[in-house]
This record gives sequence, structure tokens and C-alpha cells, in this order.
Amino acid sequence: MTFMHIGKDFTPPDVEGKVTGDAKYAEDFRREGMVFARLLTSPMPSGRIVSIDASAALRMDGVLGIITADDLPPSAPPANPMLASEYVTYIGQPILAVAAISEHVAENALEQIKVQFERRDFVVDPLDSLIEGGPDAYPEGNAMVLTAPEGDENTALVGRIQPVKWPAAEVEKLRMGKEPNGKFTAGWEYGDLDAQFAQCDVIVEESFVTAGYPHQCMEPRTSMVYWENGKCYFHASTQSQSSVNNGLAAMLGIGPENLCLINENTGGGFGSKGTSYPSMGIAGNLSRLLNRPVQLRITREEEFYIGVGRPGMQGWIKIGVKDGGKVAAVDLVIVSDGGPTGQNSASSSAGHISVLYQPDAMRLRNIPIFTNTAPRGAQRGPGQNEMAAALAPIMDKVAKQVGIDRVAFRKMNAANSDSGIYEDQSPVTSAFMAEAIEKGAQMFDWQAKISQPRRRGNKVIGIGVGQGYHGAGGYGYDGLVRIAPSGRVYIHSGVGNLGTYSFAATSRAVAEVLQCSWDNCEIVRARTDRHLPHSSTQGGSNTIFTHSRTNYVAAMDVVTKLKEIAAAEFGGAVDDYSIGEERVFLTSDPAKGMSYGAAAQKAIELGGRYSGGEYPDDIDPITQRAVAGLAGTGLIGVAKDNLPRKGTPPGEIVGFVEIEIDLDTGKIAVLDYVAVADCGTVMHPKGFSQQMNGGGVWGIGMAAYERHVYDPQNGLPANVGLYQSKLPTMLDVPATMANAAADIPDPFNPMGGRGIGEPSQGCAVAAMTSAIADALEGHLFNRVPVTADMILNHVAQNDFGPRPLKLNTF
Amino acid sequence: MPSHDVMPDMELYQPVQVEDALALAARLGERGWLLGGGQDTYGWLKDRAKRAEALIDLNGIAALRGISETADGIEIGALTSLTEIATSPLINQRYGVLAAAAGRVASPQIRNAGTLGGNVSQDVRCWYYRRGLDCYRAGGNLCYADTPEGMNREHAIFGQSRCVAASPSDTAPALVALDASMVIRSENGERVMPAADYFVGPAIDIRNTTALRTGEILTAVRIPSTWANASFYFEKVADRNVWDFALVSIAVAMKLNGDTISDSRFVAGAVECKPRRLLDVEAAVRGKPRDAATAQSLGDLASRGARTLAHNQYKVPLLNNLVRRALHIA
Repeated sequence: MTFMHIGKDFTPPDVEGKVTGDAKYAEDFRREGMVFARLLTSPMPSGRIVSIDASAALRMDGVLGIITADDLPPSAPPANPMLASEYVTYIGQPILAVAAISEHVAENALEQIKVQFERRDFVVDPLDSLIEGGPDAYPEGNAMVLTAPEGDENTALVGRIQPVKWPAAEVEKLRMGKEPNGKFTAGWEYGDLDAQFAQCDVIVEESFVTAGYPHQCMEPRTSMVYWENGKCYFHASTQSQSSVNNGLAAMLGIGPENLCLINENTGGGFGSKGTSYPSMGIAGNLSRLLNRPVQLRITREEEFYIGVGRPGMQGWIKIGVKDGGKVAAVDLVIVSDGGPTGQNSASSSAGHISVLYQPDAMRLRNIPIFTNTAPRGAQRGPGQNEMAAALAPIMDKVAKQVGIDRVAFRKMNAANSDSGIYEDQSPVTSAFMAEAIEKGAQMFDWQAKISQPRRRGNKVIGIGVGQGYHGAGGYGYDGLVRIAPSGRVYIHSGVGNLGTYSFAATSRAVAEVLQCSWDNCEIVRARTDRHLPHSSTQGGSNTIFTHSRTNYVAAMDVVTKLKEIAAAEFGGAVDDYSIGEERVFLTSDPAKGMSYGAAAQKAIELGGRYSGGEYPDDIDPITQRAVAGLAGTGLIGVAKDNLPRKGTPPGEIVGFVEIEIDLDTGKIAVLDYVAVADCGTVMHPKGFSQQMNGGGVWGIGMAAYERHVYDPQNGLPANVGLYQSKLPTMLDVPATMANAAADIPDPFNPMGGRGIGEPSQGCAVAAMTSAIADALEGHLFNRVPVTADMILNHVAQNDFGPRPLKLNTF
Repeated sequence: MPSHDVMPDMELYQPVQVEDALALAARLGERGWLLGGGQDTYGWLKDRAKRAEALIDLNGIAALRGISETADGIEIGALTSLTEIATSPLINQRYGVLAAAAGRVASPQIRNAGTLGGNVSQDVRCWYYRRGLDCYRAGGNLCYADTPEGMNREHAIFGQSRCVAASPSDTAPALVALDASMVIRSENGERVMPAADYFVGPAIDIRNTTALRTGEILTAVRIPSTWANASFYFEKVADRNVWDFALVSIAVAMKLNGDTISDSRFVAGAVECKPRRLLDVEAAVRGKPRDAATAQSLGDLASRGARTLAHNQYKVPLLNNLVRRALHIA
């Protein structure tokens, strides 16, 4: 299909501000009378708040007030409260906020507030809690038992806390990498596992540990809030100007119609800002309490605490292969470190395997354990990417035992458009992973790379292949387009702006349908009072698929209305009309027609559905309010995405990497990196490349750099800043990274596209762990990240006995 | 435990003469805090993990900056930036090991702001200590890192004495290798001491990493001609290639007579609370060729006597490997 706009580069409207520094983030906004709030946070991982004495702080000049949990609606654990009430469950948990005329005064005031605590036992490793007699993160227990079905990754788990303990012998089995027989609280199964294993020629059992990873968004989640005439104006750092609204309004106790969310730019979210989050509620309620604009700036250290992180995993896996390479059965145990929020991505981890290796039978047994570490939530490819990291070298071991090339093994087991995925073996919209693998292997020159000598003096070469997956799209959101009497096309979008530019790339679907110039289009976004439709969060790799559909249906509604208006004006049937060059005209006599602007003027005169006076019944209330706000201002195209559906649109990527390990220093140098995506049509080449490379860098960091360390003696986190977290730097990643796409359109997207934001990290981390094992002659560390000290100890054969499974001990 | 990141209330003095700074340092005593590039200072103060009532900002004192030739080598003002040192033709030409070490400090931005005086005088980076815990070094009576469960991957393998923190400076091993001297002034006059004595371990002084005392200012570093134009080697291994402290570093100066090593200095960083001179290695290579055979003959000599903790055993092979590489990169 030949497109006018899709698949071509363009300059997204927010780029200039980011280059010049004019782009504004939540922290950049000021309001007359604005005061500054700072948080008082828990100094201990677990305890009970006995008393708070803020009297001295409140007597200080310039201090305006404080807010505590007593000023907020009650919250029951394990929900993440805005402010701790009776119990604190992690270091850094907000207990109160103090507001003052300056940050300086506010910080000094914090030092005058006395909080008395009773210490409680704490736990930072789930297995230490799971064992009989082990401490519980909450007074009520240590395990999350879901009481409602698990939603998507941006939905907090709903469940209750209960104590679950395993006999010491079972915990010890898991610690030593064996299958445990304990109580699980979640999981799923499909197929006949025993029967499939019985058919297998090769069976491999391995353990794995993946660390938690805190979010490291460049922009901490600062809020600036003010209230006017009962309406709340909220400058926030979010992944959406739509999906955040209802949750935030609920935290503030107002209807969403009384909330104006303002979010022009966001300096990264990666899943941590997909929905409303507790510190927003602190700022909003404090502003109302004081009747003053309030800025709650979040420090880098606080961002570590409250910014949520990726849950860690400790697990065991058994993989069976039959027929010379077909994955027949996978049995998986995951104990999740859910922090105090109990967030658990185990099902997604298992789903990753079900998609990329298509086992005939599979079982997941899972128990999420609460720990007194920082809260956990969604992080780029939640579940899938940490499983990608752990799985790649294990699957390499399987391939080796089968006697099949690692790439051929992955290709043989790749999903296609008829495949089933997940526990229900539900369909995919389409899948062309085998084609992506083939293309990638050629680009990388896999055969030549694996045939080269590996040893170069004190350095050794490792060649790796890895795969990333994430469900890459949603259905049923709304699109909203307006043509003004000037003829200008306004594309309304509630998709957030994290810097991925997908809000803009998907808006181009409107220009494509209307066959109009992109210069004549304007994306309306950033403030909900600009009448934004119900949109997804910009996350979950979903924007490309989801919102090219919504923009398509809204634009098609515009086209229909243009033709109806023209038919009413010039006679004939609607189908007799065409569009082109920003006009609607009689196909048989193009002179009979009118410009888009004239049609918009006509729409205003006609009123009703043409100019937003009426709208479809099935659109979301957010969109209904947006349309009502625009009514009478032009030709309004609005529709819910009711296009045909077929299961999950998969985002899949294969990554290839060549590394060089210095055996003297344990250092890893990445020499070459290639990634090829199965993502349908590439809608915005530069945006695509940016995501592929950005995810690749993060994958390298996840594999060999990023650290998440807690001290088991006192529960202190060691890496609360960018330095300590060891994110890879420019000099730790290759200067150039190659990427491409299989470029086969997805039939369930009118533009052919699917997202790739998340698997771009998963394929890279998997390729890296695969390459590390390859370089070290198949040695498995069974944990991620693999850092220089681990490699040095391995090479030096520093033998400290079998190292038990433990999180955070890297 | 609020996450502070705003400077606390404090006085600020900005002298432009060394004498004025010395007078302030004497008058303010323990209440004062010397400010150079600020790369160590601001973390402590903004975190409010250490308190000072007054900052003595040395940055306006021009006399503390610059690299100059002396009758017997060079003198570097303590406030000279690490970037200036890394890029100085003079230092690169004669004392390449120092230029290399300065060029591997942290990141370009930090090297622009950070000074030689600050780099050699900075406090240890033990994360427990930096969190403000009441460890021995902070005046308390325990060490959180030297325990079976302590997270001590970055800590010392030599010279532990209640405290197990490692020296974080990249330039300090190079200065010890070059037999540098530290020029220290106070209102009472000037004293000059060898770099090897300037750095002190916890057995000598558990509260300070240098011999600098209250009221004193490190004004300059002098490097004699002893090792000028020698054969040098510097390598720093850190988790990251930019913006990181060493896991282990090595600074080496060798005088070669033909292929034979007539004299040498081998100094390791990040293995002890101060730069560790590897005297056994220096003795072992004396009179030997600089080659693979000599390198291999050392075995584990460099790490002999190391006492490892729960998570830093890797420093033993790393130290041995770096010494070997200094003699011969395979």
C-alpha cells in the first residue's frame, strides 16, 4: 500500500521545544501565590507511626501547613496510599508533606517535625519471608492473594494480604535451584504437561533470578496544582492526558469534569506514570487544604522510592523439547518480589514464553511476596523483559543439547499468524517473527559471526541472540477530529507525550485518510480543557496500533460527513463524492465541490452530528465532554474504534549482539548490535529507530550494568540515584546500532502498524545474556544482571559453593 | 528521613587571597568547610549527612590554580581542574600516568568542575557512611559493611581497621607513583609531605582519609623530576566507562634500562583506604625485563595478604591481572 504520510519521516511538533529548551515540564510552571511542598518520608523499612509532632515546624516563619493521612480518605493495604497512616512499609514512604513559601523553608521545617515510630521486623528478600518463621512485610501477612482478575500492566492488582509460609526444606530447594513444592497463590496451565514431557528428547531444568529495577525517568514526578472556582488545574508528569484523569479525580474527591490535567511534555514514564499515582493526590489535596497553588517537587532520591520499580523474580524452569527442536512443554515457578505493593508480572513472564516458543503445554505456578522495599509497578515490558533476560541463555543450552543452531531453534518455534498465545491460547492479529529472525540473521551475518575464532588474547568473543515480546495494541478507544471553517484540521489526542512521538505518528493517520497536507494539520493535546478524547496511556507499546485505529475511525467519520454535506449541497448520493486536495467533490465532475473549510462552515450551519451537537452513544464520557466542548466550532469527526478485532497484536523483536569480554577485568564491550522487529508497517521511521535503539541501550544496561541493592541488615537501598544505579553511559554502548523491520503489514490495523517500544529492550537484554553465556563456553550465571565482578569470580574460579538464589546480592 | 536536596542555611565566605582563606580556616575551625569543585561537598551538605556552618569557597583564589615548572619538576595548584591536568601538554609529556588518571575521573562535566585538591582529598564512598549511618568513620561504634550480610562489593581488601572503605581517588595512586609532595599551608606556616604520607588509613585516623587538619589548606602538589618521562601505565576498571569510581585501578611508573626494569612504582587504587604501594611487586620486577614472562612470574604477589569480604573477592584476581597487564598486555 502506498501512503501519503505513513512510513515517512516528519518533524513532530514538540521537537523544537526540546531542542531549544523551551519545552516545559510540570516543574517549570509557576502560579501567583504558589507555595512549595516537601515530603517527610519513612526512615525505616517497616514500622508503626506512634505520633507526629509538627508544632515546631508550623510555628516557623514561612510555613503554611502540613498534610497527613488524617486529611485524606482512608486506604487499606496493599493499596499504595497517598500518605502512610498507621504503618510504614518501606524506606522513603511519604508520611506527610509540609508547605512553605520556599523550598528552603520547607526543607528546614521537615527537620523540626518529630515522628515517633515502633520498629517492626522487615524483609527485603521474598524467600526470607516465605520460609517458616520468616518476617512478614505487613502485619496481616506476606503474600498477595488476588480477589479480582488481573488487569493490564497499568492496573494495580486487587487482592488481600494473607500469610503463606513454606517448609524450610521447600524454600531451600528453590534457593538451590530445584523445583519446590510449596503453596502458590496464582498461576495457570494449558495442555497436557506430563504427556508432553513424556515425548521430549531433551529436558533442561534451571533456576533464575532477576533483580528489581527502579525507574530512572529523567523527569521526576513533580506536580503543580491550583484550584479555581471548584475546578482543579493539575500540571503533572504522566503518560496520558486521558487514562490518568478518572483515578486522579477520585483521589481528589471530584468528578473528572472538574479536573483539568495539564501535561505538555513528560521526561520519561516507561510504565511508571501510566495512571494516577499517590504523590499527585498529596499535591492536589494539599493545594485545596491551603487554598494556594502548590508545587510538590520530587527529588531524584524520592523518585527512587515512590517511582515504582520492576519486580524481581526468583524461579525455576523446566523445558522439554521434542522432534529435533520443537518446544513441547514448559513448567515454570516464579516467586515474585512485589515490594509493598505486591505488583506481580509473573503471568506476563510466562506469557512471553508462550508467545515466542509456542510450547504445546505449559504451566505457571506463582506466588507474589510482599517485601519492605520500594513499591513495584509496571516497567517497560513488565514480566516479559526480565523473562527474556533469564530465558535466553537457558534456551541456548536447550538448543545445544538438541544439537540445533540457536537462531534456527528460535525460528522453528516462532509464532505465526495462526498461533495461539497465553494460557487461553488466544489468537494474534498476525505474526511474522520467523521472517524477522531470518532478516536479522542476514543483517548480522550470524553464520560468519558464530564461525569466527572466539579467543583474542585475554579477550573472548560472545555471540548472542535474543527475543523480546509485548502485546502491542488495544481496542475500543475514541478518535476526535475537527475541521475548522478555516480549513485547518485539528487532531485531538489524549495520548501522552513521553518523547516517543507516537502521539504525532498516529495522528498522521488522519492526514492519510483526509489526503491532506500535514502542514494543514494541528495536534491538539496537552490540556484536557482543550477537549481531548478518551485515549490510552502512552505505554504498553500500544499507541501505534491503538491510536492509528482511533484516528482512522474519526477521520473516516469526517470523510463520511464531508460527503454527506457535499451531497446535500450539490445533489447525488454520498458515494458519488470523493476527496482530494483538501476538497470534497463530485467524482464525475470535480468542479462541483467545496473546500474542507467551506464544508466545516456548512457543518456548523447544519449543527447536530455534523458539528458535535450530537455524538455516538458508545463513546466514552471523556470524549462526550470533549465533543460537547467543541460543539458548533466546525465539522466534528468522532467515533469509537469498532474496527474488526482478532486477539492480541504482538510486538516482537529479535536482537543479535557481538560482545567482547575482557577476562582480566570482567568488562563487557558491545561490538555490534542488530535488531529486527515484527511490527507491521513502520509508521514513522525515525520514531521506530529511536525506540529500537533506546530499548537496546536499556537492554544492555539491564543485562550488565543496572544495580538494585538492598542491605539485608537494615533494609536500606544502596542505589537511590543515577550514579549508584549504574545506568549505562554513552561509552558503554555501541556507537551505532542497526535496526530494521520485517515490514509486513498487520491486517488489523488500517495503517498496518503495531508497536515495538517494550520488546526493543527485551530482545537486547536477551541477546546480551545469550552472548555472555556463549563467550564463557555456556556458563550460566542464572541471574541478571551479570556484572564484572561475577565474570571475574567465574574466570578466577573463585568458588564460594553453590550460591543460593537471592535477590539484590550482585 | 526526608530526601533533602536543598542546601542548608550556612555562611558563605569567598576569599581571593590564600592568606584570607587561611585566616578563615583558622577562625572557623571545625565550623568551616573548604569548597573546591564541590563534587564531594554538595552531596554531603545537600543530603545533610554532614553539617557545616560556613563554606570557605576557594574558587576565587587565582594563586591556587595552574601548572608551572619548577627547578625540579612541576607544581600544580590544588584548584587546578582535572580537565586541565588531563589535557596539559606538560603533564602528558612528562607525567603521562597523572594525565591518564585525571582523564579517567568520573565524567567530562565532573572533570571540568572537579579539582586535583578535591580529588585527592575527597571522602570515602562507602554507601553506608554516605547514608549518614553512625559507623566508626562517622563517630559511631560499628561497621555495617564488614559483616557477613554487608553489601561490600566496592570495599577494601587490604588495611581494614574497623572501617573497610576503599580509596575513591583516581589521581592519588598516580601521585604516589610519581613520588609527589603535598604542600599544606595554615596560618602557622607551610609543611610539605610525601603523597604516600598524605593519605591515611583507618588504623591511623578513622575519621579522615588525609593528613590535612582543621585550619589547613592543601595549596599545591609538587611532582619531582624523579619519574619524568618514565614508562607509565594507568588502568582503571569500573562498572561503567564514564561517571564511576574504580573497582580497582593501577598506576605504574617504570624506569627501563633497555628492556630491563631498573626501578618502578606500582600503586593500586580502590583496594585499601589509601593508595596501596605494591612494594613486593616493585622488588620482584627490579632487574627483570618488562615482558610476559615477568608478568606471569608474579602470580598472586600483588594480592598477597588480602582479606576479602562477602562480596569483593573479585578484587583479588582483578588486582593481580592489572599488575600483570602493566607489565605486558597480551
